[in-house]
Amino acid sequence: MSTAVAIADPPVPAPAVRWRDPLPGFGLTLGWTLTWLGLIVLLPLAALVVRASDLGGDGWAAILASQRVQRALWLSFGSALLAATVATVVGALVAWVLVRYRFPGRRLLDAMVDLPFALPTAVAGIALTALYSGQGWIGRHLEPLGIQVAQAPLGIVLALVFIGLPFTVRTVQPLLETTTRELEEAAATLGASRPTILRRVVLPPLLPALLTGFSLAFARGVGEYGSVIFIAGNIPFVSEIAPLLIVIKLEEFDYAGATGVAVLMLAISFVLLLAISGLQKWVGK
Amino acid sequence: MSADPALAEPAWLRRLLIALVVVAMGLLVALPLAVVIVESLAQGWQAYVAAIAEAETLAAIRLTLLVAAITVPLNAVFGIAAAWALTRYEFRGKRLLLALIDLPFAISPVVAGLVFVLLFGAQGWFGPWLAERDLQVIFALPGIVLATVFITFPFVARELIPLMAAQGRDEEEAAASLGAGGWTLFWRVTVPNIRWALLYGVLLCNARAMGEFGAVSVVSGHIRGLTNTLPLQVEILHNEFSFAAAFAVASLLTVLALLTLVLKAWLEARHGDALARSGRH
Repeated sequence: MSTAVAIADPPVPAPAVRWRDPLPGFGLTLGWTLTWLGLIVLLPLAALVVRASDLGGDGWAAILASQRVQRALWLSFGSALLAATVATVVGALVAWVLVRYRFPGRRLLDAMVDLPFALPTAVAGIALTALYSGQGWIGRHLEPLGIQVAQAPLGIVLALVFIGLPFTVRTVQPLLETTTRELEEAAATLGASRPTILRRVVLPPLLPALLTGFSLAFARGVGEYGSVIFIAGNIPFVSEIAPLLIVIKLEEFDYAGATGVAVLMLAISFVLLLAISGLQKWVGK
Repeated sequence: MSADPALAEPAWLRRLLIALVVVAMGLLVALPLAVVIVESLAQGWQAYVAAIAEAETLAAIRLTLLVAAITVPLNAVFGIAAAWALTRYEFRGKRLLLALIDLPFAISPVVAGLVFVLLFGAQGWFGPWLAERDLQVIFALPGIVLATVFITFPFVARELIPLMAAQGRDEEEAAASLGAGGWTLFWRVTVPNIRWALLYGVLLCNARAMGEFGAVSVVSGHIRGLTNTLPLQVEILHNEFSFAAAFAVASLLTVLALLTLVLKAWLEARHGDALARSGRH
C-alpha cells in the first residue's frame, strides 16, 4: 500500500531511472521466508501427497471400503461439527456477558477463557477424564442417570468444546466491543423492542465473526488428538477418532494406510472449510 | 446500566445469563484446573515431589526445555523475516504466501508428525540415506524439533504481520534516507517498534512448543528418559495408572500455562497499543 504511494509520489522529481526501494533486505527476508516455508511445511506436505498417489486405485479402494476408517472419519467430523456449534453458541454468550455486563470476577473470567488454548492438550485430556470417567468427580453422578461421557462420543464432543471455546469467544468479543451502541439507541428511538434490536441490529454484523469462530473451532477440533484420546477410551467403531487411527496404522508400520486416512481427513476438512468461507461471503453481503 | 428496556436486558435475565456463563466456565475451565491440583496432591506433598524428582521426569523436563530453546528462536527469526518481506514490499503471490504460513494451523498435529515420518522414517524418502550414515531423525531429537517447528510455525509471524502492516514503512524509510544501514535501522527502528508483539508471539509459540503432544507423540517413539517430552511423560504415567504422578507432571505444564496467561494478560493490559489489534491468538 505505502509502496504504491511512494511510487506515485516520489520525494524527488520523477527520475528517469527505475525506482529503487530505499529499504534493504527484500531478497534476504523473502528468500529466508520461502526457504523455511518450503523446508518445514511444503516439502513434508508434498511427501504426503506423493505417498498418497503411490497408493493406487486398489489401495484407495481398500481404505475407502474400510468400515473402521469410515466410522473414524464420521466420528471425527461429526463430533467436530457438533462441538464447534456448541462452542459457537456458548462462546457468543460468554463474549456477550463479558463485554456488556459488569459483575465481580469479570476480569478473572475473561482471563480464564484462554486457558484451554494455553493448557497442553495432554493435561486437558487427563483432567477431563478425571472429571467425567465413571469414577470421576462429575462422571460418577452422571452415570447413574444413564449419561455416559467417558469412553463415548459425548466425551469427544466435550473435549472439543473445551478446545474450541477460546477461538469462538475471542473472534466475537472484539466485534462486540466495537459495535456502536448508537445503532442500538437509534433503533430504540425508532420504537424497536429489545428482541427486534438484538435480531436486526446486533446479530447481523456478528454473523461473519460467528462463522469465523465456528470454522476455527471446527478446524482445530477435527485434528485434535491429545485432549480426546484419554477421555474417548478409543473403542474401535465407537469412540475411535481419525487422528488416532493414523497413529495406530503408523504403529503397525502401515504407512500407506496412515497416509490414506490423513489425506482423506485433509481433503474433507478443506472442502468443509471452503463451504464455510463461501457461506461467510454470502452472509457478509 | 440503562433502564431503557429496549437497550438492555431486564435485570433478572442479565443475572441469569451471568450465572449461566459462570457455571459453564466453571464446569468447562475451572474444574479441570482444580482437578489437576487436587489429583496431583492426592498422595501427599512428598509423593508429589518424588514424582517430579524422578529421573525420567527430569529427563523429560530437560528435553522439553531443549526442544523449546531450539524451536522458538527458529520460528521467531522466521516470523520477523516473513513479516518484513510481507509488510515492507509489494510483490505477486502475497496472499498465497500468507495463506501458506497459516497452513500448519489447519493440519492435525498427528498429520504433522506423520509427514516427517514419511520423509525421515525407516521407510521414508530419506530413510535409507540416513540409515547408511547412521543418522537418526525419527525417534530422536531432530524429529521432535522438526515436528514442533511445524506446529508452532505461524505463531510469531501472525503476531508481527498485522502490526507491521499497520505501522507501515515510513519510520524505516526516514531512517534509511538519513543514511542508516539495514541492520542499524532494523535494530534501532524496527525492533523497538515490534518488541512487545514479538514477545507476545514468542510467548504463545513457547507455550505450544512445550505443550505439544500429538505431533511429538508420532515422531518421538516414547523412549523413556530419552525422547519423552513432558506431555508424553504425562501420557505414559497415566497409561500405567500412576495417576498422582501423571497429574504431578501435568501440574508443571499447568503452571507453564498459567504463567503464559498471566504474562499474556499483562502484555495486553500494559502494552496493548503495541500489539496487533487483530492478532489475538
